[in-house]
Amino acid sequence: MRHVLIRSDTVVWVLLVGLTLLVWTEPLLTLEAVPAAASATFLVLMAAVKVRLIGLHFMELRTAPLALRGLFEAWLVVVAVVLTSILWFL
Amino acid sequence: MLTGPQREGSGDVRPGGDEVGTAGPHVPGEAGIWVFVLGDMAVFALFFVVFAVERAAAPEVFAQSSAALDGGRGLVNTLLLLTSSLLVARAGSAIRAAPGDPSTRSRAAALLVGGAACGTAFALHKIPEYWAKVESGIGVNTNEFYTLYFLYTGIHLVHVLIGLAVLTVLWRAARRAVARPNERRLFESGATYWHMVDVLWVVLFPLLYLLG
Repeated sequence: MRHVLIRSDTVVWVLLVGLTLLVWTEPLLTLEAVPAAASATFLVLMAAVKVRLIGLHFMELRTAPLALRGLFEAWLVVVAVVLTSILWFL
Repeated sequence: MLTGPQREGSGDVRPGGDEVGTAGPHVPGEAGIWVFVLGDMAVFALFFVVFAVERAAAPEVFAQSSAALDGGRGLVNTLLLLTSSLLVARAGSAIRAAPGDPSTRSRAAALLVGGAACGTAFALHKIPEYWAKVESGIGVNTNEFYTLYFLYTGIHLVHVLIGLAVLTVLWRAARRAVARPNERRLFESGATYWHMVDVLWVVLFPLLYLLG
């Protein structure tokens, strides 16, 4: 009996925790030389990657009808793009 | 024996196939839960945008206030919700793989308890966090940042509490000796709601605590 269903969820969790800790400890974020908008964009992108991992794996959108997955991905793209735009242009 | 193509992602291996006997795209849970989830996500998307716009209008206030938040607590809360999502996802996978096996059902019930425990810890952890602010005279009207901080985390906390009730329903279902007919739908619907709560926090955390 394959235990894939245990392993892949746990791998996703390790990635999620890793990305969370990476952002938490990422020294680049505090460097003066890095423009604030750039580090903010990095945060938004990391959050987007995490949201996508949760949606596709935990919420099982990878095996869902494309329309449903598309709505979720569209939400993610819109939120990431709008937030990034505001960070850079407002 | 597998009756259809192996699915990736959640690694959903179902000996014997599902009830309908078809493989292919599957909506996790009731369609209605997704209407709610996507709608809720749309509302929170507006929250996020409002936050970013307000922040652009008052960057120093936001940077200062954000720095005064307890980032360590926010980090712990993020890890708690991520872990609870893993446990709930694994409970759902277990129940789907062997709905008739008593030891699997009790394992799923235990996983749900673990997930709910993490969610409860999240909620309880809010108390010292909010209290520290209130104690130092900071409230919902202190400035625009704190208005949004208390509003968004408060609304999110209500979602968490509702989610704990949902997990309790799932736990009671898992503890039944015999699976009810719509059990799989129930588990997937409840889990979908809980993962949404996690998704919303995953965005809130960097916005409130890390953006500066």
